[in-house]
Formats: sequence, C-alpha cells, structure tokens
Amino acid sequence: MVIDLAGLSVTRRKRPVLHGVTLSIGKGEFVGLIGPNGAGKSSLMEAMLGLIPFTGRSSLAQMTPADRARHAAYLPQAREIAWPVSVEDLVALGRIPWPGGRRSGADRAAIDAAIARMGLEPFRKRTALRLSGGEQNRALIARALAQDTPLLIADEPIAGLDPAQQLACLRLFRDLAVEGRTVLASIHDLGLAARFCSRLVLLSGGHVLADGPAAEVLQDTLLRRAFGIGVRRVETPDGPAILPV
Amino acid sequence: MKALFIALSLLVAVLFATSLLTGPAGLPVVQSLLDLVFGGDGPVPIVMREIRLPRAILGLAVGAGLGLTGAALQGYLRNPLAEPGLLGISGMAAFGAVLAIQTGLSLVAVLALPLAALLGAAAGVGLLVVLAGPRGGSVTLILAGVAISALAGAGTALVLNLSPNPYAANEIIFWLMGSLADRSMLHVWLALPPMILGAGLILSTQRALDALTLGEAAAQALGLAGPSLRWRLVAGTALIVGPATAVAGAIGFVGLVVPHVLRPWIGARPSVLLPASALGGAALLLAADIGVRLIVPDRDLKLGVLTAIVGAPLFLHLIWRTRSGGRV
Repeated sequence: MVIDLAGLSVTRRKRPVLHGVTLSIGKGEFVGLIGPNGAGKSSLMEAMLGLIPFTGRSSLAQMTPADRARHAAYLPQAREIAWPVSVEDLVALGRIPWPGGRRSGADRAAIDAAIARMGLEPFRKRTALRLSGGEQNRALIARALAQDTPLLIADEPIAGLDPAQQLACLRLFRDLAVEGRTVLASIHDLGLAARFCSRLVLLSGGHVLADGPAAEVLQDTLLRRAFGIGVRRVETPDGPAILPV
Repeated sequence: MKALFIALSLLVAVLFATSLLTGPAGLPVVQSLLDLVFGGDGPVPIVMREIRLPRAILGLAVGAGLGLTGAALQGYLRNPLAEPGLLGISGMAAFGAVLAIQTGLSLVAVLALPLAALLGAAAGVGLLVVLAGPRGGSVTLILAGVAISALAGAGTALVLNLSPNPYAANEIIFWLMGSLADRSMLHVWLALPPMILGAGLILSTQRALDALTLGEAAAQALGLAGPSLRWRLVAGTALIVGPATAVAGAIGFVGLVVPHVLRPWIGARPSVLLPASALGGAALLLAADIGVRLIVPDRDLKLGVLTAIVGAPLFLHLIWRTRSGGRV
C-alpha cells in the first residue's frame, strides 16, 4: 500500500475535524477526494503526511521527513510563491529532497519533464509572480511533479484552471496513475472526478461516508447527506455529466 | 550570477584594502602594507596592526553579518521588511551596553562594554525563547521580537532620562549611533568566533529558506522547515547580531537594504541571496566606514548615521521603482 491510514483522528483547537479515518490506497490508483467545504479534506492530507498533529496511524507520517519527501509530493491548497523567482527555479524547488544540488542529470531531466508536461515551456524564464493565477497554479503543479515521487497528494489542483487546463491536468494525473504512480487529489467538480478518477472517497463531517468506484459513491442519498443537494446524471458518449440541482 | 559574486568579492577586497589605507596618520601606501604583513620597528606597524586592521576586519565582519542575517530573516519570514534588529536582540545588546556606560563599568575595562552588550543580547534571546514558545509560528516570533525591542528601547530611554549629567547622556547617545573607531584586536577576538559560528548556522538553512518560497506547509512536506529551522535562525542571528552590536553599536539599514538591492540580481532565490548579501553588506559597511573618515575627518561622523543617510534614500528609490509592480 502507498498510503495506509488506520483510525486517523485530528482535533484542532478542541474541535474534532476528523474521526477515525481508515483508508488504504494502492499503487496505480488515482483517488479523488470529494466532500463539502469544511469536511476535513485538507486536514486529512496534512495529517496523513504528518504535517499536523493527529492520533491513529499513517504509513507516510511514520517515515523520516527526508524519506517522506522522496516518497510523496504535496501541493497545498494555499498557492504561495513568496519571491519573484523564475518558473524554472520554482519548479526546481521540487528537487530539494534529492541529492545533487538541483544540478545533477536526474534533476535536470525531472525539471525539464515537469515543465514540458505542464506546458510551461514558453514561461520557463519568466518571473513566476508575473504570471496569471492559473499559470502560477500550473507552475506549482509542475514543482510537485519535479519532485518525482511515487505518490502525489494535490489539494484542489484544478481550482482556478480554465476548462482546457482542467482536462489536461486530470489527464496528466490519470497518466501518472497508469505509469504506476499514485495520485490523491481533492476535486470539487463531481463530473470530472467521476470521469477521471479510478476511485472516489467521499468525506463528510470528518468521516469517510463512501469509498469506491464513482457509480457507488455518487449515489443520490449519499450526496444529499454530504452536500445537501441532489444531482442529475446525463449519460453522454464522453462519460456521465453530473449536474448539481 | 557568477559575475556578480566575482564583482562583489573584488569590491569587498578593494574596500578592505582602502579601509586599511585610510586614516588621519596619512601613511605611505606601499610601506604601510609591507609593515602590516611583515611588521618592523616604528609607529607604522603599530598603527596598521593595532588600529586599522581591527577596524577593517570588524567592518568586514559586522557588514557581512548584518547582510547575512537580514537576508536570512527576510527569507524565513517571507517578508522583505524584515531586518536583523527585528528579533529585539540588537536592542537588548544596546541596552546592555548603555547600562555599562551608565554604571561606569565601561571605564573599568576595555571589554566591559561589549561583554555587557553580549549579556543583554543573551537576555534578549532568553526572552524570545520564552515568549515565542516551542510551537509558535513566525508571526509569534515577530511579535515577541517587537515586544522585546520596545522593552529594550524603554530601558535605554529610562537610563538616558535618569543619567546624572549631560556628559553621560551624550556618551550613550554617541555610542548608540554606532562606530568602528578605536576598536582593538581584543574586540575582533571577542566578536569574530561567535559570528563565524552564527554564520555557519545560518548558512545551514539555505535549502529550507528556498523551500519556504512555497509556503510553510509545502516546505514542511519537502522535509524542511520544522521547529529546528526556527531555532537555528534565531541562534544564528543572535550569535551574529549580539557581537556585532557589542563591538560596533547599533547600525541600521544595512541588513534591510542590501538584500533588497541584490535580490533582483540573483533571481530572487533566498539561498543564493545569503552569500550575496553577506558580501554586499561587507562592501556597504566598509565603504561607509571609509566615508566617515573622509567626509568630515575632524568631526567624528558616526557610522550608523551615515548608513542611515545612505540607506534610507536608497530604500525609498527601491520602493519607488517597485511600487508599480505591486510587489517587491
């Protein structure tokens, strides 16, 4: 198992955020984490990485920080770029956990591949802070890809991307899974999640409400319990379209 | 970028040599350098080795230390307004020195004043550790630093207020303006070892500072930026700023302006900014210390006054230039 969580609970400022989450994710899976705002999606990601205090067990948090950084790349929800560095230097930050000082052959190859995969070649030498929000987001995803880890944990990776870039990003994540990596991403667009993810985990009120293939997870009763809304499904040749109503 | 480092190193070397060759004694250039290296009889080797060499070394070390700590704190706090005095350590060091002047301890022994300043700096670090706690974020650290600075400033003001005669107050005020005049090799041996140790600690944070470009959560996920980073930075800053204030007084603007000026030249990467700012700070302080000797040789212009006079307009110019971009 790439991620193995047992009875993971998080309490923040005396308020329970997650209760007893048990979850196993294997190699080659692209798991979509869905759930309403405040369901605990980001807390789950940070806790499983050991970035915030938790009780229970997480296989990732048991590693040393240096080992974990070579095992899992994390794209936080807050997209921060503190200094006006170039896109290339920003992507190169993903190589920090690896030996070689960001100039070894492996480093160069990983940086070039990440820039190519996110379509950032034209922006390579530009200052990351002068790009648009969506372009900055892509540069930060490329940074996580350059870390070249078996596992990618991305918090709302497609938020703020245009429709073409949303599709490109999710296709890329699916390809990564096909290559044998593992991707865990929180996604708010249920239709896109259903189309691209190999498995969905529905989180609500700090509990895992449902876990499995899209058809099982996106049931009306479950969605009503989690989001308080109904959905309409339209089968199209390109997959199901899911309309919240 | 390599060219920038070579240029900065050359500049520092030239300014160091110029600092050695500048002074009221008006010694011949070649003779004084020869006497500095090989010694000899007469007053020239004494002037060179006992007066000018410590002054040049301290100018180099204090300037480099202020540049380095300024760049490190800006990188850690991800805030271009951070400067070495932010943590309150220099304020407490100055307060310690002021107490030494007030009580007359500074007249008892040459090193009494710098040692009192070091004690003040240590007390400042102690307060900082207690106030900021083991788990607080960077905002707690800044707030604790501001509180300590205010406390040290209040203490200094109280001492000035209660000083028995205008001469004591005068001496305190002049000391606070910062100077490298009349320092001895004793000052060098007191300040240099802790400053080198502090520089080592700060340079060990280079990768973590780069990672912090992505924010604290991402840096933590990259295996860096734990609590140890914070204490390495606090300890490194204290080991540099404490001794620097102890031997040179309060010298502002170097640690704030130098990282600013150099940031665009090195692609804004915090790790590269550390050595660049150290060189830039050394160059600025050596130049300022040459300046105070040349501009009004008979009036004892203070180093901290000159760095502020040069630094503030430079800073304004930078703000003017970057304001259209909305960011620094």
